[in-house]
Amino acid sequence: MFDPKAIERIRAEREAWEARELADFVRRQPEARPEYRTGSGLPVQRVYTPEDVADTPWSDIGLPGRWPFTRGPYPTMYRGRRWTMRQIAGFGTGEDTNNRFKYLIGQGQTGLSVDFDMPSLMGYDSDDPRSLGEVGREGVAVDTIEDVEALFAGIDLEKISVSMTINPTAWILLAMYVAVAQARGFDLNKLSGTVQADILKEYIAQKEWIFPIRPSMRLMRDMIVFCARSMARYNPVNVSGYHISEAGATSVQEVAFTMANGIAYVEEVTRSGVAVDAFAPRLAFYFVAQADFFEEVAKFRAARRVWARIMKERFGATKAESMRLRFHCQTAAATLTRAQPMNNVVRTALQALSAVLGGAQSLHTNGLDEAYAIPSEEAMKLALRTQQIIADETRVPNVVDPLGGSYYVEALTTRIEREVLAILNKVDAMGGTIAAIEAGWFQREIADSAYDFARRKASGEAPVIGVNTYVEPAAAAPDMPIHKVPPETEARQVARLRAVRARRDEREVARLMDGLAEAASDPAANLMEPTIALVRARASMGEIVNRLRNIWGTYVEKPVF
Amino acid sequence: MTAPIRVLIAKVGLDGHDRGVKIVARALRDAGMDVIYTGLHRTPEEVVAAAVQEDVDAIGISILSGAHLTLVPRIVELLRQHDADDTVVVVGGVIPDEDVPALKACGVADVVLQDAPPDEVVRRVRDAVAAHPRT
Repeated sequence: MFDPKAIERIRAEREAWEARELADFVRRQPEARPEYRTGSGLPVQRVYTPEDVADTPWSDIGLPGRWPFTRGPYPTMYRGRRWTMRQIAGFGTGEDTNNRFKYLIGQGQTGLSVDFDMPSLMGYDSDDPRSLGEVGREGVAVDTIEDVEALFAGIDLEKISVSMTINPTAWILLAMYVAVAQARGFDLNKLSGTVQADILKEYIAQKEWIFPIRPSMRLMRDMIVFCARSMARYNPVNVSGYHISEAGATSVQEVAFTMANGIAYVEEVTRSGVAVDAFAPRLAFYFVAQADFFEEVAKFRAARRVWARIMKERFGATKAESMRLRFHCQTAAATLTRAQPMNNVVRTALQALSAVLGGAQSLHTNGLDEAYAIPSEEAMKLALRTQQIIADETRVPNVVDPLGGSYYVEALTTRIEREVLAILNKVDAMGGTIAAIEAGWFQREIADSAYDFARRKASGEAPVIGVNTYVEPAAAAPDMPIHKVPPETEARQVARLRAVRARRDEREVARLMDGLAEAASDPAANLMEPTIALVRARASMGEIVNRLRNIWGTYVEKPVF
Repeated sequence: MTAPIRVLIAKVGLDGHDRGVKIVARALRDAGMDVIYTGLHRTPEEVVAAAVQEDVDAIGISILSGAHLTLVPRIVELLRQHDADDTVVVVGGVIPDEDVPALKACGVADVVLQDAPPDEVVRRVRDAVAAHPRT
């Protein structure tokens, strides 16, 4: 970025500084550690100069809204439109979560995000023996379209974007969402939102799966193609690094593995004959904001640059929209501690700031009570206020990519980009993402990083305030409200499911179910339409999954530890 | 020399959070125990069948979904039915403090909460096994 003569002058100046001021100073007062590293383990220098960005051309940095999008996907970023404040919520029945949504909207939240309970995530109805004790606990319970009707009652789906955290059963939830929106007279092309639907990171990290990889990829293709044709503003996938990081991966691994999954989805859809520019603009991403502040900012910038290159160079995309990476961000739940829970407010604020400096399009800030239970209303309000303070009081959003040009952040961005590309080459050499999953490679890499961090935390090398340093005697109970699941939730939900089954047309459901099975056996068929017809006829999620499980089988992991 | 402690590490219920359980499994193995890991999404019946078949001294149950008060008592009860109630049961995960007494009352030897470092988990599994010699 600088001319070679200037770099030479700067080098001479730095060497003179090291020989004089630095050497004298360090003799009197040695540095605290022999070496410094980022959260991902990348070496960090004492100070950065133009020498460290000499090999980063201006064209790699550039301007916001322009290739390679290092500085952001849009030219004006938060000056034109704030990031979406999107606090996730989900518990109990559709009505319970609907109340929380309305509360959050009343507090100034600008997007919705739905968490589903474990049975809904895994495709079991609420009355399945496997669902016992889990209904409505970690998220909202959904069995049939009537639960989704209750979930969004009184909310204008053309006005607010809705993100749904759902994966192996994502296509069924998308079908329910479409059917509810149509029944209420909304225009599908005006609905904005996202269905997470990132099944590959499930096999790698979050571990919620139903079917084997091949049919799961086909469902991904069906959702992406359906949305490309019928839902102009909807993101059919949120390619997610968040869970990869939370499972223990470093930030470099998070970006690399997420990119590997993104590549696999683009390959799957283009293989079916759909042009890359027809669907790639709606692919969205989801990353964590971890604890290493500058590494995270650099990570988001590097991710945008890597994705732009992949889309242009690997897939020959020609539309700018296909190359610009947009992402949702969530602060890092795994950094939150049971001990001294108020500290979690501070951790979350700093992580949120790195997301904003890194150019996130939407943000969830965690509740301080995350290490105890799903968040209380009070905890969510404080988390939302944290975002509002960053947005309205700090003036950080006034300048696009304000850390662009920092020698450190630019050097780290380039370094992360190179590390990510090296990992992607390794995955290619293994035969691609799916082959690497089947070999357990990603899973082992993550387990190794997680164990390494646990050891560093135990030794105190990785300080965690209140846990391995500045420890206080444990308080008897934290002085804050903790979310409770009313014990009758499960019974209420099961009763509703049975009532819906009792009043539907069983013959119609059976006929549509046969149609779904037939379509499933034809690899070229798209399963979205038959599924929409089924949910409209009030088939339950568990019934649809069971029928396909009989055809496709289930995924079995060979666990590594 | 006494035989190494045999532990079945089990993930019950539908939650897929296996970061902690894998760290625990590895820490126990590194501490010299024989560790068998069930993998994810196991039912209480599957866990108890594995425990009986593998003749383990202890079962370490990891649960982060909040269903512990449903699933853990079921495991303890099934162990009793299989005449295997001399198997020590240790629970870990996200467990609210006020649920710990209920778990212990149903026969759980220890509840190890998150933030416990690997060496502490090893020590507490050892202590729990030592306190409940098998008959």
